[in-house]
Amino acid sequence: METLIQQLINGLVIGSVYALIALGYTMVYGILGLINFAHGDVLMVGALVALQTMMFLMGMAPGMSPLAMLTIALLVAIVVCMLLGFTMERLAYRRLRNAPRLAPLITAIGVSFLLQTLAMIIWGRNYHTFPQLISTTPLQPIEGVFVTPVQIAIVLASAALMVGLLLLVNRTKIGRAMRATAENHRVASLMGVDTNAVIAFTFVIGAGLAAVAGVMYASNYGIAHYGMGFMPGLKAFTAAVLGGIGNLGGAMLGGVVLGLVESFGAGYIEHLTFGFLNSSYQDIFAFIILGLVLIFRPTGLLGERVSDRA
Amino acid sequence: MITLLEARNIGKRFGGLQALSDVSLTIRKGEVYGLIGPNGAGKTTFFNVLTGAYTPDGGEFVFNGSLLPTGKPHKVVGRGIARTFQNIRLFRELTALENVMAGHHIRTKAGVWGVLTQNRFTREEERLTTERAYELLKYVGIERFADVVSKNLSYGDQRRLEIARALATEPQLLALDEPAAGMNATETGQLKLLIEQIRRDGITVMLIEHDVKLVMGLCDRVAVLDFGKKIAEDVPAVVQKNEAVIAAYLGGGKHAH
Repeated sequence: METLIQQLINGLVIGSVYALIALGYTMVYGILGLINFAHGDVLMVGALVALQTMMFLMGMAPGMSPLAMLTIALLVAIVVCMLLGFTMERLAYRRLRNAPRLAPLITAIGVSFLLQTLAMIIWGRNYHTFPQLISTTPLQPIEGVFVTPVQIAIVLASAALMVGLLLLVNRTKIGRAMRATAENHRVASLMGVDTNAVIAFTFVIGAGLAAVAGVMYASNYGIAHYGMGFMPGLKAFTAAVLGGIGNLGGAMLGGVVLGLVESFGAGYIEHLTFGFLNSSYQDIFAFIILGLVLIFRPTGLLGERVSDRA
Repeated sequence: MITLLEARNIGKRFGGLQALSDVSLTIRKGEVYGLIGPNGAGKTTFFNVLTGAYTPDGGEFVFNGSLLPTGKPHKVVGRGIARTFQNIRLFRELTALENVMAGHHIRTKAGVWGVLTQNRFTREEERLTTERAYELLKYVGIERFADVVSKNLSYGDQRRLEIARALATEPQLLALDEPAAGMNATETGQLKLLIEQIRRDGITVMLIEHDVKLVMGLCDRVAVLDFGKKIAEDVPAVVQKNEAVIAAYLGGGKHAH
């Protein structure tokens, strides 16, 4: 029983992070039909920029409270990633807007390599210890079940961001312009929407969420590294496909479901395979799911919003 | 009469097809101007070039005394030209009300910061946008469907909604691309009343239409396109008797179909 609850909590925590990243994939896909494979690396940049900022603050103002330090680092990471998202769209993807679909896709992979290499040049090839500014001392709400304050913060912050995003998309004029553009760029622009601005905004919001996810991911595992974006990026992509790519609610659901499956899988894989595989094989679950979804339900759990393009 | 729009020598080529060649025409403020011609004559291409969806190969548009930007549709909308589509192109997943509100987007001023902080100005502006959108739905007669997702509306109501969405951009020139296509006689009659009302409210209308009766009954002046060239422009009664026009429609002219 304790294992069950423990895995539920772990799954929810990592699932919230996947969901935040998946939102970036799904928003960009919804509006451009592009899988931005460099999205995971934005997360990595977010984590490393936050790390750098914390180091700087620790040197400059050692007496600063950890919470203030984390907040500043997070804000810096968000701003840097938003600029990065904007630049990516402007330099790499905008000119390929009307190119065959494969061209922006391959470009996205190129951007991913570029970001990783740049990060490797700046931060080196080593794993960096990520300062854990929120306490990681586990609480024990139930005997035998452990939750750290970091994990609680991750789940709460993710939930708040997701609610905020849904309100933004469904209740504001920018959201309306985003939905209109997602359905049909040309018509939206013929109705007075500056679609270039809307698309840039979408990239910026997605990158901002990735920055937060990056700081969460690094805080949860306590390390940061130039290649750290690859795996969560791929898994969040899986989550987006699982939920129905292009669908915001789907990305959230897919993220949490994937987190839970992975965590339960890791918890029980030894029993399931009679000791042949151990929990370090947990990554296979994400990809088994990706395969199954693509075979049996390619539109995902909630289905893609099918839109005809002009 | 004041000139609202002047098209000067507009040309557009698609590969080997000269879709528009040297088309010049003048639309006066307050009139209903018809653009007719056989299928493939270049009418819709003209709309697409005018609204910035295509960039013309030659020529220019002067609107309200200054040049229109080409290839920037939202800027053209900003200058006061709105359109509807031959085959309906609503935002299908948005409600009727949201479609109209989306059309009002360019007339709103709140920026990203305002939207994110939901300050008083933004909330007030959003309230006015909603109010205005309801008024427009009422104006075209479909306010009871405000919260219906637009793909679920009937065909005729979708056409009305397109007009409401275009009006939400606060145009001076409303370009309607075959608004009566697929409508029955009753619906066409209602459409005629609506277009007359729009004209009375001070908006100039440019109309592509196949329904000859509608065009002749509604338009102050008519231009005829054939194979991308303007072959006539006058009041309906005169155009109807023009030999080149009759030839173009019957296919007996020098360009046999």
